[in-house]
Amino acid sequence: MDKTLTMAPSVTSATSRLEAGPQGKRPRKVLSSRNIIVYGLLGLAALYYLLPLYVMVVTSLKGMPEIRLGNIFSPPMEITFEPWVKAWAEACTGLNCDGLSRGFWNSVRITIPSVIVSIAIASVNGYALANWRFKGSEVFFTILIVGAFIPYQVMIYPIVIVLREMGLYGTIYGLILVHSIFGMPIQTLLFRNYFVSLPEELFKAARIDGAGFWQIYFRIMLPMSLPIFVVSMILQTTGIWNDFLFGVVFTRPDTYPMTVQLNNIVNSVQGVKEYNVNMAATLLTGAVPLIVYFISGRLFVRGIAAGAVKG
Amino acid sequence: MAAHSQPGRPNQLFRNLNSKIASIPMILTAVVIFLGGTIWTVTYSFTNSKLLPRLNFVGFEQYERLWDTPRWIVSIQNLATYGCLSLIFSLTIGFLLAALMDQKIRFENTFRTIFLYPFALSFIVTGLVWQWLLNPEFGVQSVVRSLGWTSFTFDPLYNSDIVIYGILLAALWQGTGLVMCLMLAGLRGIDEDIWKAARVDGIPMWKTYLFIVIPMMRPVFVTTLVLITSGIVRVYDLVVAQTSGGPGIASDVPAKYVYDYMFFAQNLGQGFAASSMMLLAIAIVIIPWAYLEFGGRKRG
Amino acid sequence: MNANVSINKSNSVSIRELSLSFGSVTVLENLNLDIRDGEFLVLLGSSGCGKSTLLNCIAGLLEPTEGQIFIKDKNVTWEEPKDRGIGMVFQSYALYPQMTVEKNLSFGLRVAKLPKDEIDRRVARAAGILQIEPLLKRKPAELSGGQRQRVAIGRALVRDVDVFLFDEPLSNLDAKLRSELRVEIKRLHQSLKNTMIYVTHDQIEALTLADRIAIMKSGVIQQLDDPQTIYNRPRNKFVAGFIGSPSMNFLKGELADEGGKPVFKTNGVTFSLAGYETSQPLTAGRKVTLGVRPEHIQVDGDIAGEVHEAVVEIEEPMGADNLLWLKYAGHTMSVRIGGARRYAPGTKVRLAFDMTLASLFDAETEDRI
Ligand SMILES: Nc1ncnc2c1ncn2[C@@H]1O[C@H](COP(=O)(O)OP(=O)(O)OP(=O)(O)O)[C@@H](O)[C@H]1O
Ligand SMILES: [Mg+2]
Repeated sequence: MDKTLTMAPSVTSATSRLEAGPQGKRPRKVLSSRNIIVYGLLGLAALYYLLPLYVMVVTSLKGMPEIRLGNIFSPPMEITFEPWVKAWAEACTGLNCDGLSRGFWNSVRITIPSVIVSIAIASVNGYALANWRFKGSEVFFTILIVGAFIPYQVMIYPIVIVLREMGLYGTIYGLILVHSIFGMPIQTLLFRNYFVSLPEELFKAARIDGAGFWQIYFRIMLPMSLPIFVVSMILQTTGIWNDFLFGVVFTRPDTYPMTVQLNNIVNSVQGVKEYNVNMAATLLTGAVPLIVYFISGRLFVRGIAAGAVKG
Repeated sequence: MAAHSQPGRPNQLFRNLNSKIASIPMILTAVVIFLGGTIWTVTYSFTNSKLLPRLNFVGFEQYERLWDTPRWIVSIQNLATYGCLSLIFSLTIGFLLAALMDQKIRFENTFRTIFLYPFALSFIVTGLVWQWLLNPEFGVQSVVRSLGWTSFTFDPLYNSDIVIYGILLAALWQGTGLVMCLMLAGLRGIDEDIWKAARVDGIPMWKTYLFIVIPMMRPVFVTTLVLITSGIVRVYDLVVAQTSGGPGIASDVPAKYVYDYMFFAQNLGQGFAASSMMLLAIAIVIIPWAYLEFGGRKRG
Repeated sequence: MNANVSINKSNSVSIRELSLSFGSVTVLENLNLDIRDGEFLVLLGSSGCGKSTLLNCIAGLLEPTEGQIFIKDKNVTWEEPKDRGIGMVFQSYALYPQMTVEKNLSFGLRVAKLPKDEIDRRVARAAGILQIEPLLKRKPAELSGGQRQRVAIGRALVRDVDVFLFDEPLSNLDAKLRSELRVEIKRLHQSLKNTMIYVTHDQIEALTLADRIAIMKSGVIQQLDDPQTIYNRPRNKFVAGFIGSPSMNFLKGELADEGGKPVFKTNGVTFSLAGYETSQPLTAGRKVTLGVRPEHIQVDGDIAGEVHEAVVEIEEPMGADNLLWLKYAGHTMSVRIGGARRYAPGTKVRLAFDMTLASLFDAETEDRI
């Protein structure tokens, strides 16, 4: 089973190759027919990927009358930010009409501790698995990785029971725990593979120097692992922010994360549909992961390649 | 050799004690949640639990009822259609895009950023955007009609027969970027000399791809396949956001079926049985893969 | 088996019936080794024979499956590495990248919570010995390979230990630096006089540094002797072939009796064995292999005794030496002669074999006769 574990690093190393630059045939002339086809196809594909974002933005900037008259692709004749304000502060879910802001802050309150807790746990796990194996450690790890493939639906109800017993069901703390649990396989894999890739002799030297488990972790390993912490943070932040299923199962309406609240706003059956507000709300919810994505650039690519197991 | 030649050997339990303590969260998660939770759910799927889980065994009754429920059959059919098409299209599109990106193009980073950004978005956001784009009153259909083609019909989200394709469209938008990235990494991992050799031998490019490069990328394809598949079986948020399973139950999927039976219909036994079926579906894909990848080489 | 092992008081490190296996792979089996106080012992062997594994066992980084390890007469088999009184130097230097040289040197002392002035004193002493004072404020990345390895040695030095373990410390360095640092390590050993166990697969390092060499093959020590004995009286064919470059010439044949004197015959050619020292009877008919080092064959000039004639096939001038590859009696042989003496291919030469320095091995057991 040991090989599962090396699957992701092979992907990671492939990513660094990916960053090394293209290798295929080189183009000969600038305006060859081949180039026209290549760039033409890429351009077309880019259009398909960009169009939804464009439509979201223009829709969110139009007034409802303009939406009813015009077509969704046309730019707004009159730009209005009212839908954004409404989405943020006034949109209704059920009885509350205080907009997405509540969901936003809930998501912040959920994401930050979840990211910290899950990374702290996973990095220590990965370190233990890489450098301090004990009898059975690989077995537990294998269960963990296989568990990453088990549909969440299979495990949700037992977790509900456990959390209820602990008195955490419906609270943000319960959700933080759930995120830490389900983030564990991939995060542990990420850290384990990273620590395995560090020279083993460094660890041996530290042991000869008399450092113990925690001393080596904090004084030798941590200072060397900044990149992997960043990658893992990107992965967890977007992953937890984007979660819907756990949010809807493990929290109550007043602690719903942003995604759940967004879905409730947009898909609520009452009232007149305000498409511009809906799109503004959708953009607001997508903003955090998008910002993380655009800022992190290649690190994100590295992260998803390494963490692709999450599926 | 006698065991007594090991005097002073410390108790094995206390060896590496810190490591064991630090691994408690992992051990608990693996054993209690993943293993225990799975066993628990499978066990209770053989009971007639309704509102609360009860150990009242009824054999395969829940499963029989499950396969007699039209809604479940629809879910499974949807999953099969969606799954097959999603596999085929995301692998094809992902590979084609990767091959295009590998042509020493300029602005490679820009293109990659564009193709991959939807992957950063949640399924909820994805579903809502595409719900809007496919809105027959205002979306693509109305735009084409306003251009003069008045009989043009494209309303997948309101037509039970094709609603699953509407969801597929959104899913491909969200996920092909990732496949492209994995494929590109695979392509970049191929020795450049292969290309030189093929060129020296005068093999046309498409043949090189088809007969040399793709077979060499088998591991990447397999990994990607496993990833896509485990994602497919879980598909839930996207459907909830885009169609809420509608029209009617036309776009229902197993994950949604499970959720509804567990938390709304208060028929836990059905939910457990359905989720156990999901587990079975995953197992059918994962076990042969795990066996092929690891079983052959290590012991067996 | 008797668990009561007596250990010699003058031994610094003693290894008793040590076995280690990774799962089903047995790397070390029933290994016994005594290293004297202040001795420089070199472990030499081909890649994967278990040298590092043995060293890691001594250091306490690997747990033996069976057996015991004594350091300074103390059973340390289950001790933590830090409590064994050892320092270790690795091939890849293993310097902590985020710490300066000074912090690298003092890390172990800081972990042990030694007083600050004591730490400073020890670091200054080690830096002085290794002449790395100007580097103390730098990070490992800003050092050359040779400097890094000095720092790594310094890290073992500050620990004030009895036993130094080196795992191929010079393998990552280029040839020139390697010979420089080799001399330095020898000097260090002469001034510190502590026990050193040194793993390498470089014969020159082994022969120049060692008081004794242990030649290992698949986890078993083949021969443990001083360099001279290893070179001239290899205990078996493996050791004979392993040491020396180019490797010893091996001629397969059998023993015979000619006029009451033992001779070696191969492909119709007879070699007199006069001068060969052995305690075993050289019975006629026994299948053996004759081993002669390239430098123990005389070519032309005023050669005495039995003379053989061969044809030069290839000449490899190597500066100080000249290596001739000859065809003789169906065997290809190499001969080392002075660099100034040149022979064109095809030349006929006369050879004399120095049987006092030759080796005979049993064809079956491959042990020295
Ligand atoms: N952790 C391990 N698990 C399984 N086998 C191992 C492990 N470490 C080493 N081995 C095996 O043990 C044998 C001895 O390894 P060792 O590192 O001691 O060799 P070595 O003599 O130091 O070689 P080199 O000169 O290449 O450093 C090798 O065959 C190796 O494959
Ligand atoms: Mg080694």
